Amino acid sequence: MAQNLTADQTPLIADLSQPAPNAALKDIRVGVVTFPGTLDDRDAMRAVQIAGGTAVPLWYADEDLQNVDAVILPGGFSYGDYLRAGAIARFAPLMDKIIDAANSDAALPVLGICNGFQVLTESHLLPGSMIKNEQLKFLCRDQALRIENADTAWTGRYEQGQTIVVPLKNQDGQYVADQRTLDELEAENRVAFRYVGGNPNGSRNDIAGITNARGNVVGLMPHPEHAVEPGFGADFSGSGDVDMRHGTDGLDIFVSALERLTR
Amino acid sequence: MSETHFNLDTVEHAAATPNTELPWAELGLTESEFDRVKEILGRRPTAAELAMYSVMWSEHCSYKSTKVHLRQFGDKVTEEMRKDLMVGIGENAGVTDIGDGWAVTFKIESHNHPSFVEPYQGAATGVGGIVRDIISMGARPVAVMDPLRFGAIDHPDTQRVVHGVVAGVGGYGNSLGLPNIGGEVEFDPCYQGNPLVNALAVGVMRHEDIRLANASGTGNKVVLFGARTGGDGIGGASVLASESFDDSKPSKRPAVQVGDPFAEKVLIECCLELFKSSLVEGIQDLGAAGISCATSELASNGDGGMRVDLTKVLLRDPTLTPGEILMSESQERMMAVVTPEKVEVFEAVMAKWDVEYSWIGEVTDTGRLIIDYQGEVIVDVDPRTVAHDGPVYERPYARPDSQDQLQANHFTGSPEDASRPSGAELRQAVLELMASPNLCSKDWVTSQYDRYVQGNTAMAMPDDAGVIRVDQETGLGVALSTDCNGRYTRLDPYAGAQLALAQAYRNVTTAGARPAAVSDCLNFGSPEDPDIMWQFAEAVRGLSDGCQELGVPVTGGNVSLYNQTGGVAINPTPVVALLGVLDDVARRTPSGWREDGQAIYLLGETADELDGSEWARVRGHLGGQPPAVDLKQERILGDMLVNMSRDGMIDAAHDVSEGGLAATLSEMALRFGVGARIGLGEVADRDGVDTFTLLFSESQGRTVVAVPRSEEVRFKDMCTVRNYPFARIGVVDAESGALDVQGEFSVDLEALREAHSATLPKYFG
Repeated sequence: MAQNLTADQTPLIADLSQPAPNAALKDIRVGVVTFPGTLDDRDAMRAVQIAGGTAVPLWYADEDLQNVDAVILPGGFSYGDYLRAGAIARFAPLMDKIIDAANSDAALPVLGICNGFQVLTESHLLPGSMIKNEQLKFLCRDQALRIENADTAWTGRYEQGQTIVVPLKNQDGQYVADQRTLDELEAENRVAFRYVGGNPNGSRNDIAGITNARGNVVGLMPHPEHAVEPGFGADFSGSGDVDMRHGTDGLDIFVSALERLTR
Repeated sequence: MSETHFNLDTVEHAAATPNTELPWAELGLTESEFDRVKEILGRRPTAAELAMYSVMWSEHCSYKSTKVHLRQFGDKVTEEMRKDLMVGIGENAGVTDIGDGWAVTFKIESHNHPSFVEPYQGAATGVGGIVRDIISMGARPVAVMDPLRFGAIDHPDTQRVVHGVVAGVGGYGNSLGLPNIGGEVEFDPCYQGNPLVNALAVGVMRHEDIRLANASGTGNKVVLFGARTGGDGIGGASVLASESFDDSKPSKRPAVQVGDPFAEKVLIECCLELFKSSLVEGIQDLGAAGISCATSELASNGDGGMRVDLTKVLLRDPTLTPGEILMSESQERMMAVVTPEKVEVFEAVMAKWDVEYSWIGEVTDTGRLIIDYQGEVIVDVDPRTVAHDGPVYERPYARPDSQDQLQANHFTGSPEDASRPSGAELRQAVLELMASPNLCSKDWVTSQYDRYVQGNTAMAMPDDAGVIRVDQETGLGVALSTDCNGRYTRLDPYAGAQLALAQAYRNVTTAGARPAAVSDCLNFGSPEDPDIMWQFAEAVRGLSDGCQELGVPVTGGNVSLYNQTGGVAINPTPVVALLGVLDDVARRTPSGWREDGQAIYLLGETADELDGSEWARVRGHLGGQPPAVDLKQERILGDMLVNMSRDGMIDAAHDVSEGGLAATLSEMALRFGVGARIGLGEVADRDGVDTFTLLFSESQGRTVVAVPRSEEVRFKDMCTVRNYPFARIGVVDAESGALDVQGEFSVDLEALREAHSATLPKYFG
């Protein structure tokens, strides 16, 4: 794999047992937004690179999306989450551009992870909201998820019903929405990821991630960008392997979007 | 603020009023220290000067009781140890060369007293403070660790402290995006009124990016940036409020600082951007003693003087007196020295990150630190006298008479040892041990910390060491472990400190890393008690001798004294943090076996060393002699483990320490939920001990490893060549789902996990 990497891609670890990324994906530019207090921006950029794409750092205060083909709103504590998680970041100048692009005919693929998901609900790109975990504590653990909708821009590589394991780590991860919204999400097959093997935070209907009706905007609480690299991922993977930090089940989220965009 | 609410005590006024009464005693100075200040200045100090001297000469900042002992860490450094040392003791944190142009800086500090008073903020600002030390060296912080020690698990107040401290560590560290990769959690009644909250941070940088705290270059500008200065963390300085005429002033100020992790995260990124563009000449974080410390240290480490206008400091509370401004420990502040031509670019970086700043002064060539307030000079001192020339005490110390009695009270044969389990009873004994507060799973704590953020965590708790990748291209990385057994140190402080070092050394090498540097956090009782001072002196002597023996330098650390309540001190707790280097973190060794059929070996020998052990603790006994420590053997073992890991001879390794072999085997099986068949008969015969002793003794120099079948010959050859005792004690059994100690007992992993993981949730929810 090392030989197949292009010059500006960084070979990441010694264990290169993964298949080489598709070279055709390299031209796909994925923007990763940094807000003040964002934490997982560099991690999301690394995930895009490992998936084979080109990561473009975007600054919240800019008003230029730099012609990116997709956008990731990464995890963290934007503005400290001192107000409601994501509530201030939603008003960043760049968010207006992202909201417009996501709602446009071109349907810009947008992925919100953790705090990014919270920003998406605050922006009304996705319905519902996140409140403090049921147990009122920060929780970090490897979490099993079922892919409930393999047709979104970010889940195309998975099988419907497939179980994956990715790290979960948050304080405000309990997904809530009114009953009508929940019914609508279920009826329209817009629950993209569901917690299995135990609901970690009290989320309604075990919801871990949802999509908009067009499938271009996806938000999820757990962190696929932390399960992309053998040696640094989850301890276990959805296939039941036992191998320390070799779980890379999150990688296909990023590959899915890149592949969709090459079509 | 346009109106003056103070009787401004200027230098001029102080010179004219030599007989004014000053609250030096309330500020913690002794009469002779106060006299010394007057002698240095040739007059009485102003209120502001008194504030500076009192806080900079405090035990916490000046190490006045411990300096004479701590010197040994420097004196015992050999050429071998200095090889990779880039910055040693004395700076904000030591720096170690790890190769390929990379440097690592790490340090451990205490935040004990604040964490008892206000657990959440105390613990949170402990993390914040140590992280700022790392930033001030020019490094990007990459991980934190927190050794925590609490009172008895079933004491009502322990609830308050545990919940607050764990939430504080998590709340702050998680918000900074720093993976928490290890640490310790201990419960012991000796920490009831004095919990220990130690915080470690590690950062990485390129060699050329190292920054030091000094103010040089006459005419360079001094800037204070980050959070505004408020009334928090002033502590003793509040007595200076008596100089105020304003009755509306809040009478009680919080002595514990309040943290704002968001401000610190922004400050980290902002500083890294400043470093990247080389915009600062010198930089210093504001921690204990606030502006007093930052100005006097920057100035005395530089080549000239400094003139500062305190009126320019941005305040959260406009009623603060100059003395309070100087002493405030408001968090998330930094002070830097910037050349005039870079001022504009510096301001642009501040604007980008929305960070407040104010230019408060400049570097001068006078050799004096002069501080103005509202146009009057209120401080005029030689900064060295404040920062470095504090008092030094040779406190009396002596081995307490009671020590003999304590050491004569061995566990074996004691009333607590009356019903020693054997045979099938050992199953229950293992379950009881693994469920005990100190050996139970710490998942309740560690699951509240983010260990994934930054994407470079190759290993974290519950493995022996935390491992972080530094270089994405080569896999170069570091391993870290913090260790201390206060019970051992109570029994023998010299040996106890070496045992802490030996355990940290073993943990890091067990993970596959080459030991490189030590930082220590020395938590003790009152130095004014000769018994305690003896513990301290012995521990420092033991640790410095040990570091010399193992060839790893102490690069920095911290001392926390007066950890006692009602005349009863904590167990002496010299926490040792050891940093190791891995050329490729992909080669790290996990603590659990996974592959069916791999051979399980025990390295090292076992003697009857149950004194101070976890089994003795479960039975309520503390006495006797701690396990013997042989650092030469530890060095051989460590060297073997690193080589075995590099050459792929072992797939799993876990050191034998608290809880003995019983705990090691249990933890290795639970790590990935894979069982094993174990036979102990031969080893017991070889070492001349019974199965109970073999399982629960805490003899040092031992590690259990899992060896692939194909590597057994090479593995045995290496042990034989190095003349290190080894014994094949079993085989990994992926089918059984049990830890089966043949001929003695068998425990299925479900039951073991249940016992191991239920304890903390039972107490803390």
